[in-house]
Amino acid sequence: MSINSSRFDSAIGWSTRPDAWTSKGIRFVLSALAVILFCGPLLVIFSGAFEHNPDPTKLSIIPTNPSLLNFQVATENKIWHYLMNSLVIAGGALLLQLSVSVFAAYALARKKFRGQAVALLVILATMMLPEEVIAIPLSLVIGDLPLVHVSLKGTLLGVILPLGAWGFSIFVMTEFMKEIPAELEEAAKVDGAGELRLFAQIILPLCKPALGVIAVFGFNMIWEQYLLPLIVAADPSDYTLTVALLALRSDDMVGTGIVLAGALLALVPSLVVYLSLQKSFLRGITTGAIKG
Amino acid sequence: MRRRRRRRLTGATSKGPAWVPWLFLLPAALIFLVFKFIPMAEGIRLSLFEVRPFLGDIYVGFENYATILQDEKFLTASWHTIVLAGGQTIGAMVIGFLLALLLEGHTKSLWFVRSAVFLPVVAATAVIGEIWRLFFYPAPEGFLNELISWVGLGPWEYIHDTDTSLVSVMFVGIWKHAPYDMVLILAGLAGIDRQQYEAAAIDGASTWQRIRSVTLPALRPVITILLTLAAIRGLRVFTEVYVLTGGGPAGSTDVWMTRVYTTAFEQSEAGLASAGSVLLFLVTLVLTVSVQWYRRRREAR
Repeated sequence: MSINSSRFDSAIGWSTRPDAWTSKGIRFVLSALAVILFCGPLLVIFSGAFEHNPDPTKLSIIPTNPSLLNFQVATENKIWHYLMNSLVIAGGALLLQLSVSVFAAYALARKKFRGQAVALLVILATMMLPEEVIAIPLSLVIGDLPLVHVSLKGTLLGVILPLGAWGFSIFVMTEFMKEIPAELEEAAKVDGAGELRLFAQIILPLCKPALGVIAVFGFNMIWEQYLLPLIVAADPSDYTLTVALLALRSDDMVGTGIVLAGALLALVPSLVVYLSLQKSFLRGITTGAIKG
Repeated sequence: MRRRRRRRLTGATSKGPAWVPWLFLLPAALIFLVFKFIPMAEGIRLSLFEVRPFLGDIYVGFENYATILQDEKFLTASWHTIVLAGGQTIGAMVIGFLLALLLEGHTKSLWFVRSAVFLPVVAATAVIGEIWRLFFYPAPEGFLNELISWVGLGPWEYIHDTDTSLVSVMFVGIWKHAPYDMVLILAGLAGIDRQQYEAAAIDGASTWQRIRSVTLPALRPVITILLTLAAIRGLRVFTEVYVLTGGGPAGSTDVWMTRVYTTAFEQSEAGLASAGSVLLFLVTLVLTVSVQWYRRRREAR
């Protein structure tokens, strides 16, 4: 706590004096309530997934009779297959999205060319085009790609490719790349570096922090996808884990425990990504929203 | 001599063949074209047709739009969408604001609490839908009903009763989105000049007066952004409704996108569904543009 801290550090005027026990106490209780309210429901997934035959009327934070039964039964319901679908889509789409964004941002931030304003405008337009709005014609396009007339229905590629370019990540990357001083590039050019070397050895390594930000946002966006995998799937075995949850629940032979085991598996990757990169994530939200 | 060399150096970024930038833009352009713009154009085209697979489409002009705008179910769905979008936007904003006021500060423990509270935002909506479905178990021994019985309320049937279903879905949306709003409001709070608080205190303002006359006006830009983002998000809400209720019971939570989805994939009316999508797009577009215009005009003044 700094010496300068006063009660005007925050809008509400929380006291920072060491002897202000009432103020601190109230704040502690309210914060604890907030954590319980916003984290508690997610913790219930953990306990329910490990509960031996959980009952929807008796949910708790700690399993009373822990077992791995739910995961065993879930295995019979192909839960790992759905998880694999989700992971392949997340990995593939994220890799594609990162490369596409870096390439596009390089042109937009480091080059001057005719039509640049138009290119920017087009990317902005894609951000104003909600995914849901094009879902129906998109399902037709995926069933019969223009020019090549190949169907991506029922393939993981059908989910991966549409997620491969995202206006938001291109914009964040572009804004970041603009900050790289031109002198670095010039020096490399004087040394005789070509376009590709310039891109791969000078610009790309400097973009690592921004790559972290767009990776965590990109993952979040891909993992959140629901309508797209739903319309691309030709039959239930093409579902991602999140989409499969509903199918599992609708199956009368499947108990609450299996759904919770699936929910847990769908929750853990997002938690891992968020917890390992939360600083850049929370910072990225503010820059992203205010710039976008 | 030195001058000329210098000029060449500063212009270095724009030298090289003119097609090089386009080569770098090509992957993005291709994906956007095939998976965004062609579907958009195709959607507009389809909205003017009666789509009949294998039989050939019939041009019907604006008939699909007329049909939708007179369809009882679509009208109910649009009303639900407006109520849900409005309720979630305002609810998430108010809760987010209260959370931000509570968790503003620099200490390590606050940073931990903020990260923890943010978890609902990163969890996939489908997962959140599943867990809240369990909480909403309609019997008296259901989880939420047990909780509210402590304060003498309930039991309610939540998403299983046509009277409470929409409010229950709204509640889940507020729960998921409030922490997101909190982060943006925290960023806005951090930008407020502390001396204004002190000046207000010297003038004898109470905490409430300080928040009303210093904090809230300073947050206005953030609030505008949040309102726009949330309203657009609310208009195209699909996943949480689909997972929680599927639009039911008895259509009591049907929103625009679940209606469009049902029309397209269960009733196989691609033309009608496309018209529904185009209408949704127009509404979001008008909303975005008018808010941008309003912001520009404010800033210009």
